[in-house]
Parts: sequence; C-alpha cells; structure tokens
Amino acid sequence: MSPESFLRPTSFAEALEMRAARPGAIAAAGCTDVLVELNFGRLHAGELIDLTRVPELGALGVEGGTVRVGAGVTYDSLIRTAGRELPALVAAARTVGSPLIRNRGTIGGNLGSASPAGDCHPPLIACGAEVELASATSSRTVPIEDFFCGPKRSVLGPDELVAAAWVPRADGPQAFAKVGTRNAMVIAVCSLAVALHPSSRRVRTGIGSAAPVPLAARAAEAHIAGHLEETRAWETKAPLQPAAVEHFAELVSAAASPIDDVRGRAEYRRHALRVLARRMLTWCWEEYRREPRWAA
Amino acid sequence: MSAITLERRVGGIGDPAERLDGVEKVTGAFEYASDLCRDGMLFGATLRSPIASARIRRVDIADALASPGVEAVLLAADVPGKNRFGLNFDDQPVLAEGLVRYAGEPVAVVAATSLADARAAVGRIVLDLEELPGVYDMEQALEENAPKVHELGNVLRHVHIDHGDAGAAGAEVWVEGYYETAMQDQAPLGPEAGLAVPGGDGGVDLYVTTQWLHVDREQIAPCLGLPEDKVRLHLAGVGGAFGAREDIHSQIHACLLALRTSKPVKFSYGREESFSGHVHRHPSRIWMRHGARRDGKLVAVSARLLFDGGAYASSSPAVVANAATFAAGPYEVPNVQVEATVVFTNNPPCGAMRGFGAPQVCFAHEAQMDKLARSLDIDPVELRLRNALATGSVLPTGRPLAGSAPVREVIERCAAIPLPEPEPAAGRSLLHYPGGAGGTTRGEGLRRGVGFAVGYKNVAFSEGFDDSSTARVTLRLVRGEVEAEVYTAAVEMGQGLYTLLAQIVRSELGVERVVLRRADTMIASAGSSSASRQSTMAGGAVRLACCRVREELSRRASALAADKSRPGGPAELEDLLYEPVEAEAVHRHRRTERFDEHGQGDVHAYFCFAAERAVVEVDEELGLVRVLQVAAAVDAGRVMNPLGFAGQVEGGTAQGLGLALMEEVRLARGVISNPSFTDYLIPTILDMPPVALQAVEEPEPEGPYGLKGIAESPTVVATAAVVAALRDATGRELNRAPVSPDELVGLLGPARSAGVPAVPEVPGQEAVPSYHTTGSGQQHLM
Repeated sequence: MSPESFLRPTSFAEALEMRAARPGAIAAAGCTDVLVELNFGRLHAGELIDLTRVPELGALGVEGGTVRVGAGVTYDSLIRTAGRELPALVAAARTVGSPLIRNRGTIGGNLGSASPAGDCHPPLIACGAEVELASATSSRTVPIEDFFCGPKRSVLGPDELVAAAWVPRADGPQAFAKVGTRNAMVIAVCSLAVALHPSSRRVRTGIGSAAPVPLAARAAEAHIAGHLEETRAWETKAPLQPAAVEHFAELVSAAASPIDDVRGRAEYRRHALRVLARRMLTWCWEEYRREPRWAA
Repeated sequence: MSAITLERRVGGIGDPAERLDGVEKVTGAFEYASDLCRDGMLFGATLRSPIASARIRRVDIADALASPGVEAVLLAADVPGKNRFGLNFDDQPVLAEGLVRYAGEPVAVVAATSLADARAAVGRIVLDLEELPGVYDMEQALEENAPKVHELGNVLRHVHIDHGDAGAAGAEVWVEGYYETAMQDQAPLGPEAGLAVPGGDGGVDLYVTTQWLHVDREQIAPCLGLPEDKVRLHLAGVGGAFGAREDIHSQIHACLLALRTSKPVKFSYGREESFSGHVHRHPSRIWMRHGARRDGKLVAVSARLLFDGGAYASSSPAVVANAATFAAGPYEVPNVQVEATVVFTNNPPCGAMRGFGAPQVCFAHEAQMDKLARSLDIDPVELRLRNALATGSVLPTGRPLAGSAPVREVIERCAAIPLPEPEPAAGRSLLHYPGGAGGTTRGEGLRRGVGFAVGYKNVAFSEGFDDSSTARVTLRLVRGEVEAEVYTAAVEMGQGLYTLLAQIVRSELGVERVVLRRADTMIASAGSSSASRQSTMAGGAVRLACCRVREELSRRASALAADKSRPGGPAELEDLLYEPVEAEAVHRHRRTERFDEHGQGDVHAYFCFAAERAVVEVDEELGLVRVLQVAAAVDAGRVMNPLGFAGQVEGGTAQGLGLALMEEVRLARGVISNPSFTDYLIPTILDMPPVALQAVEEPEPEGPYGLKGIAESPTVVATAAVVAALRDATGRELNRAPVSPDELVGLLGPARSAGVPAVPEVPGQEAVPSYHTTGSGQQHLM
C-alpha cells in the first residue's frame, strides 16, 4: 500500500471529508477485523482511512442517563472505565480476543463490521442503545436494532462513519455470556445479553451469532415482563418461578434462526441459548433481589 | 549468508540449561525463514487447484505473463528434471500434470518483483478444470467400484500382524469398540518459507525451513535435473514443525524459479496456504475387540485400522506400520491380530505428525482398557499394571522387547501424583470455569471426571532403515580462549536440540564456550529431526566426536610430555591447541528388521513410554470443558535438561489435548473449510492446565547417556487421557476425537460404523507402490 492511499486524518471533520471524497476506501481503527478480511482476500486494500489519530472518536462520556461511547473507544478502555455504567457491554468486551486484540479493537469497528457474531451487539440491543452516524454534511442516530440489515451489512452509508454508540446507563442488573469451543480467543458460537430495566419494568435481551443479524427475543421479553407484573415481583423482589424462567428460555431459543457452520450446529446453538437464557435471567434476578440499589 | 553461529554459555548434561536461541526468539531478533531477504529478490506465489479431483483441460498463462512485475510463470512442462517427488515414493508432481488429485495441489508458480504482483498474476492464470468423480471417504476408497485416485488403486499399504492364536482360547470377557479420530494440523506458528539463490556454477543455494536438509535435497535435485552437489541446502530459522516440515513444500518451486530467472526467489506462505502446504495427521477409523481372563490378564486383541492417506503417499506407509505395531497398547498380549490399511483418497495428503500413527490407536486401545476394567470391575490403573509390558516381554511383532521398558513405573508414578484440590464453585474467577472467558457458568452444571492413559512410541526409524547421524566437533583457540564448534546437519526447529548438543560438548570437553554452526548439506546427513530421534542420534554423534577430540588431545599431551626439551609442568589445554582438533563421527542405533509375511520381526529399535492422567470439569449443560490438571510420568531414560524435558511434555500434552477437545481440519468434498486460526482452534493458555510432571529415569541401552527421545509419547497419551476423563464426567460413550460440545450434552450420539470393512488384497506387507515401481523414489526411508 502506497503512502498516498494510506490516509491519516487528525480530526473527525477531516475524516468525514476523506470519507465523502473516497467512497471506496476502507475506514479502519484497530484493524482487528480489517486485517483478517484483507488476509482472506475478502477485502482489497485500495485506500485505507486510519481513524486512530482522530481524538474525538476516543472519548467516553456520560450525558444524563446515557453514556456516549466514541467509536474509537477500545475494548480495553471500556473494561477499565465503564464497568459500573455498562456492565453487559463491558462483560462482552472482556470476551473479545486476547489482551492484544482488546487493546486495538474498538466498538466502532465492531459496529462497522456488522458481523452477526460481533460481541458488542447483544448488549447494545439489550440496553436499547442507539448508533450515531455522521457524514460531512449531516449526522443521524439509528436505534441499534435498525442498524443491522444482514450478515456484515448495516445502514451505514458510503459517505458515513460510525461516530459513537449512545448506551443508556444500567438501571438494573445485566449479564453477557458467549459460548465458544475453546476457553478464550474464540468467535462466538452463540452469545446472549440480558438486561433488567426496573425503571421501565422491562427485561431486554440481545442474541448474537444465531441469526443473520443480532436481535432481541421480543416474545421472551414480553412473557417475562407479563409474569413479573402479574406476580408484582418488581416490587416484592420475590424469587422467579422456575416454570416462568424455563418458558423465557424456550422463547429466547425460539427467537434465534441459527445455521450449521464450521463453528457449530444450529441445534446446539438453540440448545445453548436456552441454557444461557435460563442461567442469565436467574443471575440478573438474583442480583436484583440482593442489591438494594436496584429498585423499580 | 555466511555461516551464522549461535553462541551462549550453557550448563552441562542434566543442568536446567536455558535455550541458546531463547532470548533472540522472545525479543524478535531471531531470523525465521519468513524473514529471509536478498537484494533484488523475487517473490514466488502458487496457483493451487480449487477442487479436489479434476482433469486439467487448459492452463492459460498469457495474462499472467503480461502482468506487472512478473518475471516467470512455470507449469509442469517447465520442470527440467523428473516432475515427481515424495518421502516414501516419488508419486507427487512438482506441478500438476493432466490431473489434480487434491484441492490445494500446485498447478503453476509465478515469480514477480513483489508479493502482491506475484499473487495478482496467479489470479490471472486461467485454469480450466473438468471435475472428475472423487473419493472423499476412506471406506468408500476400499469399495470395488470407487474411482481410482492412482492407477495402482486406492490401497497404499496394508499391514497384517498375526501373532499367536487367532482363536484365542481362554478369554472369559470380551469388549468391542469403534473409534474415530479427526484430521489434525500441526499448526506450527512459522509457516512454510524459503529463499533460493542461483549459484554461479549453474547450481542453487536454498535457505529453507525443513526437518531434514538431506532428504529435501534428494528429492529436489532430480526435479531440477541437477546432480546433488549442485544443490546446496542451508537451514533457515524454523518456527516449529511437529512433522509438518518433513515433506517438500516450496523448495522445488523456489529453485525452479531462481534457476529460470537467475535471481533469488523467496516463498513465504500465509496461514491459509500453509494448510495446503503441508501434510496433516491421518484421520482414522478403528474397530477393536479385546478378550481377557476374569483376573484381568489380556488374552487377545484384534484390531482393524483404517487411515485416510489423502492424495499422495508421503510417509503414510510408515505411519500405518507404526499404528499396526502399537494397536494392542503397551501391554503383554499373547494373541494379536491386526489388519491396518492406509488408503488414497482425494483429500489433502496426510503424513507425519507428532506421534506418527500412535495417538490414533492409543485413543482406541485405552478406551478399550477402560471398558474392560468396567466389565471386570477392576480399577483401570490396576488393570493396566496387570498387563504392563516390561523388558523381555514378547511384542505383537513376535520379538522380545530389547530396551528399557519401565511401563509399570510410569503407570505407578503417574497414578501417585496428587489429584488437584477440589475447587469450590463460589468465589472463583470467571476465567476458571468451563467456557473460560465466555462467562457461561457461575457454577451451574459442573461435573468432574478423571481419565488415565498409557501409551508408547518408537524412537528413531524402524523397519530396517539404516538410521545414522553425523556430527563434527572442532576444538580451537579463539583469541586465547578455548572454543568448541559443533557442526551437524541436524535441524533445530524449536525443540531445543542445539542447547542439548552444547550441553553434551560442555560436559564431554569441559569447555565453557560452545558455538553451533548453521546446519547445511556440506556435511553428511544427520537424519531427520523427527521420530523423537535427534537427541539420541545427533546427541550420540556429538558425543562420539567429542570422544575422538579427547583421544587426539591425549595423543598431543603424551607427545608433549615425551618432549624432553619442553620446560616442566603438565600441559594446559591451551598448549595442546597449537592447531585445532577436529573430529567427525557417525552414530547409529541397532539395526531393525522388516515385517515378515505374518507381520513379525524386530521392527523398532526402542521405545518411549508415557502415562497421563487428566482431570476435567465439564459444564454438562453446555458441553464446555476445562482441564484442571494433567499428571504425566514419562520414560525419559535420562533427563538431559529438566527445562527442555518439561517443555516437551507440556507442549506435547497441549497438542494431544487439542485433538481431544477442538482441533479438526474440516473437509467438504476434499476442500478444507477452516484453513485459518480463526476457525481451526488450537488450545490457548486458558485451555491448558498445569502439568504435574514426573520423569522416570531407567537408562536405555541404545541411547547415549541412557537417554530416550521423549517428544512424542506425551502427545500419544494426552488425547486418550482427556477423552477418558470426559467419559468419566458425563457417562457418555465419546468414541470420536475431538469431542464436540454437542456430544457432551447428548445432542449428538457416538460415531457409528456401518460394519468392519473387508481386508483388501495386496501383494504383501510392503507399500503397494513398491510392487509397481522400480525404486526411483526414496523407498529406503520406510
């Protein structure tokens, strides 16, 4: 790659100008996805816009009840700074690759790649996040579930860059878990995020690597919300009834539309999601019962 | 590239000497083959067949030749010599001619001024293939109407062992089993690479990553149409091998292009190409039947082994012979019947990998021993002790075991290693549950299991091969300091051989400073760095050379003492080195024999035994696994370097654990579907437990200092031990390695066989091609 085709903007405005002028260029931050795609020959390095010198992208700040996570915030930086505000997202960041990859990879890159197996996506869905997209002339925010259109496809326009993720601060217990056939450095066979939202009396979910796009298990969420209302459990913090948890798990599993591939079989993915949903709802609910700071 | 030397002061024999090359490798200063560079060099790239079985209709290279930076594009017709090479038989084309037999087979090579240009030109070659019916299943290969991968048929070798009485009277209990193991990749971190430099004499110098310089040259020279002395090989930095560097990769391609363009040409494969650039561990299907008396004594073992050799012979004939001889395990069995076949298919070629046929059968015979222990209600460790081989035991090949065989000791020492303390689920780091960093359990679904396995592996080459290793030691004064130089063609590939050789020299000659000259073919062969052989073979040669240096020194000392004109006082070493002392020596192990028609014969020189016990924790709902501990007792003969010993046992165990839990090269119609470290998973530090290690030191009469090569036996037993522990934890059959989460949770049942395949008709015990060709290959390597 020649120096002329390796572009290094030093401000977000400059990056957006470059993006507008070169719709075919690859925008990259940590390069942990891009280099893999280049090695496999699935991407071709014509021009590359290196976003690592854009200071605005690295910012992480709290604005009211929401955390604005700049697209250039690395997994490592998330883990070090956001554990209390964004527990599910931080748990997901911990499962990414190795320390070296977590030191380079960014949340913006994860969104930009839009892989069905992206580790950040399920917690962003369970938290009800929005994605801020910018071009040289405008910016917009898109609800996370509207961001993905298919495997490795998103609504990101050819003149746009991911600017940030807007993630509501945790108002209740959250969890993220990822199944892989080895104990670290593995792409998800399937993953799940569960977040309790006592303030809105909702339980939200995000499923990864078990459908063409990451998605929420809406029927499962509705079922458990109804159960919690009926039993007044938000107020009483009573234990969950096993049958209700089991039905929630069934509905999470049913929400997925997994495939057989080299990483796992569809049947196993559905099975594992059922097990994870049961365990994770229980973890979150037990934390809700135990922690005085969580209340409806 | 002048002679590169490594130098570091190390301890003597038995010391925990640090690696000569350790600091360079850790700091990134070490030059691996992929780092090779020459002014004006060209970059090579290879066009490989995308499908597994096809007729080549047409290859159009016009666009590629006109492509920017391209200096040469070569096809089969451009090979000046013989267009065939191979370790056991020369059956593999340098560039495909008429047919392709596996996906990934090289069809054309390009040299260009940059790697990107070379790859772009490869993309512009028009390859017109007509797909032919292929053989993608090893049992299908045996069917009468199966397509023939080679004209001589699909049976590459069949070994028949008939020992004792096939009727096996006296057995009171029988157990049967069917087992499968997957194709495993050696996954060396350094992919294939080399640099060919045309010489002024019409010859070529090749700097290359390999396990055996001389056997590479033996295969390269005839293809180039050059005499061997015009082909000079030099060892480049090898980033791991594990068997994957025994076969030719880019050596011939690089030399062809260098000679054609008169410029240096470098090849350096990426990871994806590397999966096509070397052979793999044979997938296997194994049927076994064990008969025993009520007291646990084995009476009979019968085994039917089927190995998928892929498209070309490589070292498959030797692998299947090993598997046949070890099929009954390290046990005394009076009646053994083995039928072992390796077949050609249109899958990628299989050949050498750490364990060389032994891990597959160990997986099966150890599962059988556990089944037997359950049927007899005898403790599995006790059952193994009751049947353990010992020196003098008659092997299934009909000859008494000649060397050291502390089988009882490795079993007892391994079993005596304390089990890990129970770990309460509460308060643990999330990383220390099955599923590790994924955080999938906080204590739910955990089941513990313990598994035990014993196995063995031959050390050095077998079946009558004249196995030798040459080394030269020079003692000289350098700026007043005594320095010993070791010169051998033996390959250091990360196993620590050079450190061991330096330890031997320090102990034998008492010198501080030992220098290792870079290996090349200007000295006689040292044989391969494989088959656990180089510590004994190269080590033995260095020891002998040191003895000869000492003899010359004492001659010089006597001469000095007899010289009355010399002033008094005993001569110092420095006084004796008025000119360097140089000595060369060859080490050989005892001669072995070929199989007779009943599979009997003294086929192996000696053995290394190992026992391992694995403790696992399984999440029984998700089928995820954490191995808590591997306890290992390894028959070392003598530990030359405790650090090197631990490194080999831990590394070998990790490779066996990988096959138990995750490692599998997946194929779809012969095409590898996971050729990357993203999808071909090898164990990480979170998957690998601490290894509690015991060395059993019973001197081996064949080994210098009583030592044995120990690099393979931990791999042989680790897969069996880990899967046994998983069976113990889950109560499931688990007859296939690697075990999938689906099997651990019961979504998939055990692998099922359609029945024991018929025994093929073959002319005899030798590999089938040897009955068809006239010795043009490297058959003496078998």
